[in-house]
Amino acid sequence: MAWSREEMAARAAKELKDGFYVNLGIGIPTLVSNFIPAGMSVQLQSENGMMGMGPFPYEGEEDPDLINAGKQTVTELPTTSYFSSADSFAMIRGGHIDLSILGAMQVAQNGDLANWMIPGKMVKGMGGAMDLVAGVKKVVVVMEHEAKGESKLLKACTLPLTGAGVVDMVVTDLGVFSIDRTGREPMRLLELAPGVTLEEITSKTEADFVSAL
Amino acid sequence: MSKVYTDAKAALAGVLKDGMTIMAGGFGLCGVAETLVEAIREAGVKDLTVISNNAGVDGIHLGKLLETRQIKKMISSYVGENKLFAQQYLSGELELEFNPQGTLAERIRAGGAGIPAFFTATGVGTLVSEGKEIREFPNDPHFKGRKYVMETGLWADVALVHAWKGDTEGNLVYRKTARNFNPMMATAATVTIAEVEHLFPAGEIDPDNIHTPGIYVKRIVHVPNAPKRIENRTTRPHPAPQH
Repeated sequence: MAWSREEMAARAAKELKDGFYVNLGIGIPTLVSNFIPAGMSVQLQSENGMMGMGPFPYEGEEDPDLINAGKQTVTELPTTSYFSSADSFAMIRGGHIDLSILGAMQVAQNGDLANWMIPGKMVKGMGGAMDLVAGVKKVVVVMEHEAKGESKLLKACTLPLTGAGVVDMVVTDLGVFSIDRTGREPMRLLELAPGVTLEEITSKTEADFVSAL
Repeated sequence: MSKVYTDAKAALAGVLKDGMTIMAGGFGLCGVAETLVEAIREAGVKDLTVISNNAGVDGIHLGKLLETRQIKKMISSYVGENKLFAQQYLSGELELEFNPQGTLAERIRAGGAGIPAFFTATGVGTLVSEGKEIREFPNDPHFKGRKYVMETGLWADVALVHAWKGDTEGNLVYRKTARNFNPMMATAATVTIAEVEHLFPAGEIDPDNIHTPGIYVKRIVHVPNAPKRIENRTTRPHPAPQH
């Protein structure tokens, strides 16, 4: 049984540590906020200019001036601070954010990441993704292992890159891999989802990896 | 000399011309100078280059300037919510320059601070860095070991910003995440025009709490009934009553 979206988010949440400042991308990464262990201080950054992002507001309490980077209404917490986009990305690019968890279209065994553009299709833009992967201390990708039967974990990305050599860990529905950004060590398989065999994950992974199971 | 103008049309008088570059504050539809942009639509100036993180949504804010084909080029980081934008871009009517969001913010900040260019790790090894100068700083203990790409500062003819509070001196205070790109844009244009929800006489806003000093703001207009829109209304249920 491969992991569900929630189980992938729960696995990614194990990378959180007490005192961390974290940026979560849209989609499965957003679900990680549901798995922050009780008693652990984790402050969520929203790159449109907020640190200490709270949950969605109660119905009737939405504030048009208080949104996250997905343009969703959110709330503030006792820890919240607001700042400009320049200050927000100074925080990101200056290496002050501990962890970025984001989705991807493709990840390569050398840590290259593609998640913003499919040539020939309308491109929506990279938003803050290039800044996050270039600046945040640790980058974790959460994504489905395959798209339309094709592996998303590749020897080399075929889509235009969001960042070169930027990914530290990949959580898919089938397992967990670590990547050495410097390229000195090969990509390693750290965990398998329950019921997934080494043979299955190997057959569904184009990238070269060694098993550390 | 008063900085206060009676309405958006008056505030824009004498500064608009075809082919000009306009910065428009906001993130999505949060903290956007929608009243001033509406006045630009009415003025009809065309061939505009617009620097804005997003391009509005269909029929709203910058989406209206797309309807009237007043925009020639957008410099943005994300334009996902606009079908008309996609149409005009794919047909070649509209030029588009994508910047990473942090690069866009810093280019504007740099422009306003008189900095023509800077180096950043963002975008190195991607399409964004193609054709740009790449540098390493091997002798710097903090920055050695990585590549950096040169990005240039941005300046506009006019910046349109939205603030929560303003005073007659042009001092501005933003509210919550409606701050976003507004403070940098206010510094990076020949003429910065602010629309404010609440206008006060100078001296009424605590000087310690001012986000944008009035020196940057040439013109100010009071918009007490500015529209405030929510793109993605997300809520959670009220907790069940305790018995």
